[in-house]
Amino acid sequence: MAKLPEIQNASLPTKQRDRVSAPVLGGIGESVMRPDGALKVTGDFAFSSDLWADGMLWASTLRSPHPHARIISINIAPALKINGVSAVLTHDDIPGSKLYGLEIIDQPVLAIDVIRFHGEAIAIVAADHPETAKRAAQAIEVEYEILEPVVDADFAISGKAPIIHEGGNITRHVPIRFGPQNIKADVVVTGEYEVGMQDQAPLGPESGLAIPSDDGGIDLYISTQWLHVDRAQLAMILGLPPEKVRLTLAGVGGAFGAREDLSMQAHVCLLAMRTGKPVKIVYSREESFFGHVHRHPGKLRYEHGVSKEGKILYVKANIVLDGGAYASSSPAVCANAACFAVGPYECESATIDAYVAYTNNPPCGAMRGFGAVQTAFAYESQMDKIAATLGIDPIDLRLKNAMSRNSLMPTGQRIDSAAPVAEILEKLRDMPLPPLTATTAGHDLLDLPGGASNSTHGEGVVRGIGYAVGIKNVGFSEGFDDYSTARVRLEIINGEPVVEVHTAAAEVGQGLVTLKGQIARTELGVQRVVVRMSDTQVGSSGSTSASRQSYVTGGAVMTACIAVRDEVLLYAMEKLGHLHPHLLHFRSTYKFINGEIRNGEGTLVSTLADLLKERTFECTREYRHRATTPIDPVTGQGRPHVQFAFAGHRAVVDVDIETGLIKVIEMATVQDVGKALNPQAVEGQIEGGTAQGLGLAIMEEIQVVNGKVKNPSFTDYLIPTILDMPPVRSIILEYPDEHAPYGLRGVGEPPTISSTPALVSAIRQATGLALTRIPIRPEHITLTM
Amino acid sequence: MRLTCSVNGVEQIIDDIWPGESLLYVLRERMGLPGAKNACEQGECGSCSVILNGVLVCACLVGAGQVEGAKIITVEGLAGEKDLHPVQQAYLDAGAVQCGFCTPGLIVATVDLLESNPNPTDSEIREALAGNLCRCTGYSKIMDAVRLAAARGNK
Repeated sequence: MAKLPEIQNASLPTKQRDRVSAPVLGGIGESVMRPDGALKVTGDFAFSSDLWADGMLWASTLRSPHPHARIISINIAPALKINGVSAVLTHDDIPGSKLYGLEIIDQPVLAIDVIRFHGEAIAIVAADHPETAKRAAQAIEVEYEILEPVVDADFAISGKAPIIHEGGNITRHVPIRFGPQNIKADVVVTGEYEVGMQDQAPLGPESGLAIPSDDGGIDLYISTQWLHVDRAQLAMILGLPPEKVRLTLAGVGGAFGAREDLSMQAHVCLLAMRTGKPVKIVYSREESFFGHVHRHPGKLRYEHGVSKEGKILYVKANIVLDGGAYASSSPAVCANAACFAVGPYECESATIDAYVAYTNNPPCGAMRGFGAVQTAFAYESQMDKIAATLGIDPIDLRLKNAMSRNSLMPTGQRIDSAAPVAEILEKLRDMPLPPLTATTAGHDLLDLPGGASNSTHGEGVVRGIGYAVGIKNVGFSEGFDDYSTARVRLEIINGEPVVEVHTAAAEVGQGLVTLKGQIARTELGVQRVVVRMSDTQVGSSGSTSASRQSYVTGGAVMTACIAVRDEVLLYAMEKLGHLHPHLLHFRSTYKFINGEIRNGEGTLVSTLADLLKERTFECTREYRHRATTPIDPVTGQGRPHVQFAFAGHRAVVDVDIETGLIKVIEMATVQDVGKALNPQAVEGQIEGGTAQGLGLAIMEEIQVVNGKVKNPSFTDYLIPTILDMPPVRSIILEYPDEHAPYGLRGVGEPPTISSTPALVSAIRQATGLALTRIPIRPEHITLTM
Repeated sequence: MRLTCSVNGVEQIIDDIWPGESLLYVLRERMGLPGAKNACEQGECGSCSVILNGVLVCACLVGAGQVEGAKIITVEGLAGEKDLHPVQQAYLDAGAVQCGFCTPGLIVATVDLLESNPNPTDSEIREALAGNLCRCTGYSKIMDAVRLAAARGNK
């Protein structure tokens, strides 16, 4: 009989909770070590794919091999006959809503009558072994009437294509009309750019464990980005009141947008409720590629009107994003593409139309950068083209047009905090350059394009240097009620003050779990902080996306800590007497430090241990960032964003123009983070984001041919390895945003935005090619040279 | 089928294994050792790296039947009673851990590298770890961690 360690049972979060409570030094501004780090390096950290429960069943999913088809019939009998199979479910077995969706409820939990993309889920199976479940799913007989897929987004919205969803194929159109329209310019530069479909490719596969409970409800241990939005959708699908759907965050193996939509959550719950047993789903890598949304591919057509001196006079942009078969977060991605179409530049006139289309391609939604990545490739390509047309240095051209505080966005929104675009560019320009790669005797092959494949010893290798800068919003936009909730408790345990912080925010690797402890230590002056596992037993924290959690959940933890502090002070006055000589100060001047309360003069009022004794103080608070507004549906004008983040990159590459192979020598970057709450974690975000941008520039694309995904594996979908990723040189700027907690500015997404166009620019400089499509493949270089 | 092998110095006898199971499945689901991870299950990502009879392998590519009588070391077998393995500590200190899904595989691969080459150049580190994918860190801090572990080991 197999030995099952303590970590592998349904109560495992408790063990994790205890380990997370290990005391760690350090408040905000310090590179505090992750409290979950020790578990992660020993292999003891329980990811959602590691969970186990007594009597657990395994589930598998049958998916469509066709991108567009009508389902004539489904015969589950052959699957049910297989020994070890407990349940086979189709859409007929769904007790509640058969549809779900983040913004538009349009996606079937299990296909009903029409298949709209390759890989759409049709039926689910629970069995005693994963292999049994897989074979049973394959034994289900489905009869299809195959339909012609709509695979081109331009065609989809042309009015001539078959309609994919009632209401038409335009999921959203965002127009922006800013300033005087149809103005004339000395120089007109046009360009058309194309972005391929990128995958988030988090290493942890979609997975989770659902356990039916005695009250007819369900407990789900899951890796997700937003527990409460999962719960709201699950309650609807399962036909349960939300309080009977309890979610606990299991270890999340990266997210990057891929876990914002439901994947297997509803499937695993449906099977657990049907069988009355715990059920686990773990996607294979192949299924993962089919089971989550991707970054929108798109075509971007630009026209810039500029003066001879290089001042941007107008920008016209027509952007068509392919949203695939279901809406996911496409409407918000489309708005971002429109709002950031001009980039971090001032212009007097903008005419922007961004569309997102329904097609029969894989559904697309959130991925790090969220609409601002596609446009950054286009506008930065345009900036290089304008510079070349006018004979101006590309940095100088950008400096002439760079936004700063008080600049206007094309939405008419004024930027009311730091926007150090010029400083980012100047610092990038002034950073020392890496030396030329040695191609003389004794050189290291790994330093050259092609590496160990020994395709060159330096002949045909050309160096290129490119620059780019980008802009992105932080937080949810367009009037969304964007908030987070935190519960903070202070008590004395064994004579020592202990703070417990509880939120529903998803730690996906970024380090929010560290930051929550840092904030509690800073605000309450208590060394020992227990960060509880995130679950739905506390109010929503919103999504771990849009670079927002430090801001919003950080703000909620800070606010709840301050509330606890205020209550403790009131209690101190009550307990020690209002006329206690050390309390005769306005309470805001009191400091909580090292487990003590000290007054404004530094005199000890009381230790927390002496004051609180058996008493516990607990406060739950919501934190909201400043309200934003919707944008006008005709003009795109409004105040849709709460904060803007800026980063820039300089890429240095060696290109072998004979083979088209590329060696990235160095990525340098400058980013304003407002305040680096944990400098080491900030660097980690910058380096990791830069790598994903590198991937989009030269490696990563889901190949979709006539609606079919051709490369759903890490053999064929290439993400950067340690050999592909060069050293990253980074400069972190700290211009506090006076509207944000601690002055912080969201960090996660900006590095992914400017990384890609900087790298493309460097390859252009080396090759002299236009390179209007990403990712760049070797044949784009060799066939056009 | 029955499997007998040694994992992290502990003799394991496991019955009723379906012959199609991989070493990774047996470790994770039958021995309760989920440290080796299941990110691709086709030998591309290195998340399931273990040391099999002294050789670094992807556990997902090894059949259960191939490890009869073998000695296996997984990430769970590296730390001491009180202290982490120096490579584990270096990963923590360097900030090389984010989501942590690639971490066990990278740590096993780093231990394997430093055993054969205690003082690797950057180029040798990159070559040795090229089979381990990480999606969070961009590898900079992983490079730092390996350099740090090597430097501490050479003190």
